[in-house]
Amino acid sequence: MALELKVDALSASYGAVRALEGVSISVREGEAVALLGTNGNGKSTLMKCLTGLVTPRAGSITLTIDGTAHNLIGKGPQEIVELGVAMVAEGRRLFPRLTVEENLFLGAYRPAARASLAKNLEFCYATFPVLKERRRQLAGSMSGGQQQMVAIARALMSAPRLLLVDEPSVGLSPLLVSQTIEKIGELNRKHGMTVLMAEQNFHQTVKIAHRGYVLVHGEIAFESRDVAELENNEVVKNLYLGAS
Amino acid sequence: MGGGHGRFATGCTLILLAAVALMAGVKNEYVFFASYVVLQFIVLASAWNILGGYAGYVNFGSSAFFALGAYTALFTIKAFDAPLLVQIVVAAAVTALLGLGIGLLSLRLRGIFFSIATVAMAIILETVITNTDYLGGAKGVQMTRPAVTAPFGSYIEMLFFVMLVMTLVAVALARYVENSWIGRGLRAIRDNEEAAECVGVPTLKLKLIATVISGALMGAAGAPMPMYLSFIEPFSAFSLNYSVSALAMPIIGGTASWVGPVIGAILLGSVQQIVTVTISSELNVLIVGVLLVFFVVAAPDGILGLFKKLRGTPRSGGA
Repeated sequence: MALELKVDALSASYGAVRALEGVSISVREGEAVALLGTNGNGKSTLMKCLTGLVTPRAGSITLTIDGTAHNLIGKGPQEIVELGVAMVAEGRRLFPRLTVEENLFLGAYRPAARASLAKNLEFCYATFPVLKERRRQLAGSMSGGQQQMVAIARALMSAPRLLLVDEPSVGLSPLLVSQTIEKIGELNRKHGMTVLMAEQNFHQTVKIAHRGYVLVHGEIAFESRDVAELENNEVVKNLYLGAS
Repeated sequence: MGGGHGRFATGCTLILLAAVALMAGVKNEYVFFASYVVLQFIVLASAWNILGGYAGYVNFGSSAFFALGAYTALFTIKAFDAPLLVQIVVAAAVTALLGLGIGLLSLRLRGIFFSIATVAMAIILETVITNTDYLGGAKGVQMTRPAVTAPFGSYIEMLFFVMLVMTLVAVALARYVENSWIGRGLRAIRDNEEAAECVGVPTLKLKLIATVISGALMGAAGAPMPMYLSFIEPFSAFSLNYSVSALAMPIIGGTASWVGPVIGAILLGSVQQIVTVTISSELNVLIVGVLLVFFVVAAPDGILGLFKKLRGTPRSGGA
């Protein structure tokens, strides 16, 4: 196995507030894994632990690349990017007063990515043609959907092995939500990108995910081996489908 | 890019040749006295802009770097009787260290708090120097210039030429930083430091590079000052005028590119020189202040921004 992310019994808190309690998940190469849950259940905290923005209280995060195991806890965001993990943050976090192209270049800051900059840029423009047309425009002056494209493309510019996507649907219209999530699915299917996506939008997410986890109050309430299991699960039904 | 480098190098060479012609042709020393000050401000403004313009960290304590450079030069003169070149190199090294210090400060302090800390640093350094008897204390030190070295007609001509070379180095450095991955990373820091960190931009390393280069250049600009004035004392070396000018000139010229500080320094520096001669030296600071307020309100992107707006090209990396 060339790539595997393993989170084991992870707990994290903000001061006295517990955000995650004994969370264990895994993502293997080529998979698209969904992290489901409504607001405030710990999805973003888990993502932040994975990218080094939050230091967990207990547990382990191990990223195994080509047989070498890396402990991600205690590593800073830059080191984790260096390992080949890119994150599309919630709310996009672009550089609003820089052009689209500068935003993309900045995604390729790590030396390994700079070497293949031209190739990755071409790939991004092929995936999101509108970004090529608007490459000289300031990122902050684009529409929400286009900004989300910039955010995804910027993450791709680092030539990641693992793509983390945190709530891509935030602030987008229903049509754009399905388009954005479909794009992420396409990256996974066509280009073999390994994806872990945190999302509230159940119906769109199950279209592209192979399997998923449901987070409730900071704990894994349900783990599914495939999409069908997710769709038929009681916890999920209670959370999303209004059944009681 | 290649053509741009070529043109830049040609421009630098032409300026050097023009300076040589000026030194050969002009006998009025005031020309060199005045040009020296303008050049010194180009160095200060370019240095300030590397940190303040590109990275968005506003250094309000430029006078501390400038004066520390001058006093380091004085120390090397008193202790080792060092020649001008050594004075400048040692001054740049010492102020580079001070730059490293404020770079580390930027780990915890951002925005206005960083600026306040730089002001505090200037005040502390001034107090220390004022109480150091070896460096003249509050009274200052009177100096006699050494004999002038061969190709130059007078000592002030030599200082003018040295400052010109430093100016070209400073501008070339600022231009290099701007067009390299360093500048790209610094602009990301200015726009959204957290996001920069998250996409893998080594923010601390870049900030330290910026503060060290900026600090070293400011110190180098201050190093020839004791010999320029034949006198040095803390109050005028740490003058707020240096801090305000170093910041006002890039803002007036435009902080997005290396050209901005050069335009701002030439414009403001020349106006100050003319006003000093024709009206009074006290009016200097007032003029800087009025121009600064005018530009911040009417043209926040400086003269460069105005030009871009007139030509209708979209801003890229504008402040």
